[in-house]
Amino acid sequence: MQIAFTINGAPTAAEAQPRVTLADFLREKLKLTGTHVGCSHGVCGACTVIVDGAAIRSCLTLAVQADGCHVTTVEGLSPSGDLSPLQAAFRKHHALQCGFCTPGMLMTLHALLTDEPYADEARIREVLGGNLCRCTGYIPIVAAACEARIAYQGAKVQP
Amino acid sequence: MSVTTAKRPNAYVGSPVERVEDLRFLTGRGEYVADLTREGQWHAAVVRSSLAHGRIVSLDVDQALALPGVRAVLTARDIGIVPLIPLRTGLPSYQPYAQPAIADNIVRYVGEPIALVLADTAEIAEDAADKVISEIEPLPLVLGWDQSVNGQILLIGDTTTNVAGRHLASRGDAAAAFAKAPYRRRETFRVHRHMAMPMETRGVLAEWDSATSHLTVHGAAKAPYFNRKSLAKMLNMPEASVDCMECDVGGGFGARGEVYPEDFLIAFAARKFARPIKWIEDRREHFMAMNHAREIDADLEIACTRDGKLLGLRGNAYIDCGAYIRPSCITSVRNIATFMAGAYRIPNFEVYGTAALTNKTPAGGFRGPGRYESCFFFERLMDIVADDLKLDRLEFRRRNLVTADDMPYPLAKLEPSESPDGFLDSGHYPATLDACAHEFGWADKLKLNGTVIDNLHHGIGLCCFVEGGAAGPRENVRLEIESSGDVTLYSGSSAIGQGLETVMSQIAADALEIPMERIRVLHGSTNLLHEGFGSFASRATVVGGNAVLVAAKTLLETVRNAAAERFQVSPEAVLVANGVANASDGRTLSFADLGDLKLKAEGTFANSKATYSYGTAMAHVAVDATTGFTKLLEYQVVDDVGRAINPLTLHGQVIGAAVQGLGGVFSEDLPYDENGQLLVGSFAEYVMPVATDYPNIHATTMEQYPSPNNPLGAKGAGEGGIIPVAGAVGNAVAAALAPLGVTIRHLPLTPARVWELIQAARA
Repeated sequence: MQIAFTINGAPTAAEAQPRVTLADFLREKLKLTGTHVGCSHGVCGACTVIVDGAAIRSCLTLAVQADGCHVTTVEGLSPSGDLSPLQAAFRKHHALQCGFCTPGMLMTLHALLTDEPYADEARIREVLGGNLCRCTGYIPIVAAACEARIAYQGAKVQP
Repeated sequence: MSVTTAKRPNAYVGSPVERVEDLRFLTGRGEYVADLTREGQWHAAVVRSSLAHGRIVSLDVDQALALPGVRAVLTARDIGIVPLIPLRTGLPSYQPYAQPAIADNIVRYVGEPIALVLADTAEIAEDAADKVISEIEPLPLVLGWDQSVNGQILLIGDTTTNVAGRHLASRGDAAAAFAKAPYRRRETFRVHRHMAMPMETRGVLAEWDSATSHLTVHGAAKAPYFNRKSLAKMLNMPEASVDCMECDVGGGFGARGEVYPEDFLIAFAARKFARPIKWIEDRREHFMAMNHAREIDADLEIACTRDGKLLGLRGNAYIDCGAYIRPSCITSVRNIATFMAGAYRIPNFEVYGTAALTNKTPAGGFRGPGRYESCFFFERLMDIVADDLKLDRLEFRRRNLVTADDMPYPLAKLEPSESPDGFLDSGHYPATLDACAHEFGWADKLKLNGTVIDNLHHGIGLCCFVEGGAAGPRENVRLEIESSGDVTLYSGSSAIGQGLETVMSQIAADALEIPMERIRVLHGSTNLLHEGFGSFASRATVVGGNAVLVAAKTLLETVRNAAAERFQVSPEAVLVANGVANASDGRTLSFADLGDLKLKAEGTFANSKATYSYGTAMAHVAVDATTGFTKLLEYQVVDDVGRAINPLTLHGQVIGAAVQGLGGVFSEDLPYDENGQLLVGSFAEYVMPVATDYPNIHATTMEQYPSPNNPLGAKGAGEGGIIPVAGAVGNAVAAALAPLGVTIRHLPLTPARVWELIQAARA
């Protein structure tokens, strides 16, 4: 069936088989291969993208469910081409090694810190608990997220 | 004792340089094998055995072929003579046990490939795979090393035993030492089956060029040049007609990048049908198809004086290798024998490592193979002895650790072996023990050891370890000056997510005296160099890095000669510094000025001597006896790596590996039932560490003893982080539960198992 949605700020329309997941659709149809599929079971979180502000598992979402939505993937995190503050903090803290889980980590944290820019370390760890990383042991990812908070705090007052 | 400090003559090496790779990974521009597509490609799905041991009576592929979009189904019959997958170490006893590229008549584990379906899309291929009907007549099972060794059921035709290899590591005269020893203690231990589990599953995209009869296989990792040789042999093709191409790799940890059955099958299909063929493993099949690891049982006896001087160690370790010997499996068998007490001076030593076949997924290397397990076995034994003889646990170890005066200290002699006898290269092992005790606060935390606070049983434990690195035989590098004056570095090493491009750039930039940004690193793929070796056994930085030094020296010499010719002076009158050739009269030529000459230089670093990083880890745990749940309150490791090229990435390796090792201690497990069925198939059942589990991990790196075996002074350091984890944490849990009468001898320490141990002790 025909679907239309906004991807990283730009409108897109395409034919999607009803059985195709959003992850496969993004990767194969739109060639946005930054979204990775690590398990297809909804457990590892590598495929996390943001749909209408919420971090979701694109391997458990059908492409047709995105019809009419605003979808953001890792490719849309830094439209200017520079690293966003969150991405720069990842680099500074060596919060990635093989890079495979990284897009999912970034999208999970971007959604969290957009909603809760004052999230404390425990809250960050709790939310990251849904994303698996096999390289870093998470410690530098948490450190990067804590450092990046300030960049999200501009518009929001601490609750 | 002499203490040397690593020299820091330059800017990049030794600095925590941010990684080059990160820019593409953070913006979604990495390119992993699943990201590749080719015009007209077919997709493959693998049909796997659902039985652990049986004779294939029939394979009916008609229904699968009838599905629209299905192009072909291949079985052993279509392959013809099914090749065996070559082993990376060539000891002859193992050869008959190598894995066939597809099950031919007999299946020997659940998940063994029996057919390959090719279709227009991956979805259709998977649908069709479900429609291949296999009739398999069950055969009796072998599910443990003991049953394997007794040999009543033989797994491989034309063999007389299920023992594929047996190695003895020996030193001194163990029998004599034990005969007169004042104290002996014998214990059995076990580490359970678990696996590397990188976040990216495996994948292969193979292309066949009919015009040149050339095969290109994407998705290579770890050892692409050896794998090219293996594939060429299996496909009966000239090596020059095969290229293995490296993409970005989503984690290796020792398991990815060996030749697996699928690598052959996809390549075979690409050639047969002259089509690009793509196969991406799904996570469920990864559990049953990728190398398992770590399942080792040990029966060890130790001899010492009553005041704690070690006199001897002897015993047996049995490695459950699964159904076949895979290319890297032998490393665990060798290591478990040689390094059973790796960090200690034990004059009389006699330890056997035995490789036993069973009807389970074949095993292979996983970060710290044989070392992670041996640390658990031996360090548990040390604590049991310390408890028995009322020895201080630190002093007992300090007294027996290898010291600077012992260096180079000979390893136990391994037989059979194709490697030369080895030596621990440098270091003073008690130094990391003392530094770790200081960082961890051992003396203070000792007051909590064995106490119960708020119903939590506190315990502390430690482990001393060595990490072998820098495996030979050599590595090759080529440096080329581009027309822009930038330098391209071609390395035979491969990247598995560890930051190879950054580290090679640092070393080259310092050696060439130019900014890192002017160096571009290409690596891994077999079309870059005539020969390369890869990334395994913590070797890439040391062997590959030293090859960069050799090539850089030659390149600077080449620049000097070329500049001299332009200047019309003798080379001695030219000074090359900071990327510029200077004549004595003030004329200069930059690399860019010489860019039209396409100057290049090759470098090889040959290495027959391994490096040995070493260290000590300490852990503080609190166990809830009512649930069996263990909380890791603090974990500290101190290692000496000789020379840290990039402290940022090194620290990342150590911390990340520690958490990976904690998964093996507390939650990861690959249990089989009595029918040989693997009982886990997703991350919901195979529980890996998550962000909330282990926040208190600390690592400190020392550089007091550079390796004398290479000009950088570096030692391999990719595995040390995981090696001591089970030893240190196992001892901490044991210390916590000792007052309850619990002795820890087996992993994993899941809440359920710990609770059972506590209940059993109370009964």
